[in-house]
Amino acid sequence: MRLTCPFCGSRDRREFYYYGATEYLNRPAAGATDADVDDHLHNRDNLAGVVQDLWYHEQGCSAWLRVTRNTVTHEILSVDAVAGGAK
Amino acid sequence: MRYSGFKVITQGLFGNRGWKSAWRDPAPKAEYDAVIIGGGGHGLATAYYLARNHGLTNIAVLEKGYLGSGNIGRNTTIVRANYFLPGNSEFYSHSMKLWEGLEADLNYNVMHSQRGLINLFHSDGQRDAFARRGNAMINQGDDAILLDRDGVREVLPYLDFDNTRFPIYGGLLHPRGGTARHDAVAWGYARAADRRGVDLIQNCEVTGIDIDGGRVTGVQTTRGAIRAKKVGLVVAGRSSQVAAMAGLRLPIESHILQAFVTEGLKPVIDHVISFGMGHFYISQSDKGGLVFGGDLDFYASYAARGNLPMVEHVMEAGMTLMPMIGRARVLRSWGGIMDMTPDGSPIIDRTPVDGLFLDAGWNYGGFKAVPASGWCMAHLMATGESHPVARRFRLNRFATGHLLDEEGTGSQHNLH
Repeated sequence: MRLTCPFCGSRDRREFYYYGATEYLNRPAAGATDADVDDHLHNRDNLAGVVQDLWYHEQGCSAWLRVTRNTVTHEILSVDAVAGGAK
Repeated sequence: MRYSGFKVITQGLFGNRGWKSAWRDPAPKAEYDAVIIGGGGHGLATAYYLARNHGLTNIAVLEKGYLGSGNIGRNTTIVRANYFLPGNSEFYSHSMKLWEGLEADLNYNVMHSQRGLINLFHSDGQRDAFARRGNAMINQGDDAILLDRDGVREVLPYLDFDNTRFPIYGGLLHPRGGTARHDAVAWGYARAADRRGVDLIQNCEVTGIDIDGGRVTGVQTTRGAIRAKKVGLVVAGRSSQVAAMAGLRLPIESHILQAFVTEGLKPVIDHVISFGMGHFYISQSDKGGLVFGGDLDFYASYAARGNLPMVEHVMEAGMTLMPMIGRARVLRSWGGIMDMTPDGSPIIDRTPVDGLFLDAGWNYGGFKAVPASGWCMAHLMATGESHPVARRFRLNRFATGHLLDEEGTGSQHNLH
């Protein structure tokens, strides 16, 4: 499994740290309910198919990356930097 | 037909033509009192205990493939009761007691082998943590012995005691821990449930869950619609997919766990050995293969196969711990879909839909839990109340903060 970091190029999976779904980026607003925060932290669509996750290029440039991939085939569709990108 | 040594002899005298099917293959009825989605270890055990403990026999197990084709069909077979937190401790202790009476209860040989399980530790701090765990096990009424370095050397002389990165300080021995033959557990529960009148429906995939006014009324399947007032979701790694049919989002992320088996060898490893620091554990099956594994691949996946970096890591850990296995050839490897929760502990609870019950979130520790999970899920479905030993396995505990974080690693699904 290889990911193409937008800054460093194609790298072995071992250089990256997987955090979880990109849902982590949608932090609840200040007045959110407990249910909203619980949903944000814990509940997941957990799809069998194309998903978006957060990966961190730990042994490379330390960029946080949004990876679009297929959880059934492991095909990597795109890897984009989170910083400066659309949510 | 009851199994016995007498039967083996008499049937053998007649050319073994008298053996009957272990279970029937009925067509699904239009309605049952309860339906269990998922014909794996937990689903079959739930059906059995619904019949045995609660007299509910007009029930069906719906399995999309063949019985036991999921994680019960491929796992590393470990049975233990060495959990630490209240909430987990009493549950696995109950499960161990059920394991110890299981073969007599099911009239089926599941090859439960209480050969002893040892968790190695590699520092003073870890030793103290394991001493604390051992005391918790003893307080629970279970067995634990703290071995020092010489104590480990006496039982496991083949470990690398010269290792300086992870020096062996000692180990926590759980004598009643061990292994069991995973397929036999599924078949034993299936046969026992069927004998009590439970319908086991295979090649029957649930495609929808019918809900009316917030209450479950039945399921849609590839073999037709089935009405039921009680539906149990017991599908492990596919929990999110089936729960979505009821409009529910779960605190579950599905991950890959790989495991490996070598060619058959003469008996060489008599215990289950857990090398936590190296993310490695190993035992030897009665067929002679070394059965071992390590950690998750760490990314969400439904592929049922992992990638080579974790394969390499597991092999490295094995060679670090016991170089003697280096010449054994790995025969097969596989990956299963693990239902990971934010605290690494399971869920046996009602859902926001009336009549819909959830048994999920076993992470990669579901095999040892099969008996107690079935027992407690049956109790919940039959009475509507949590069984005392499973009362903390709540679906809403992530919202209320009553986490059962054995590993102490926090609310990230892949850290448990």
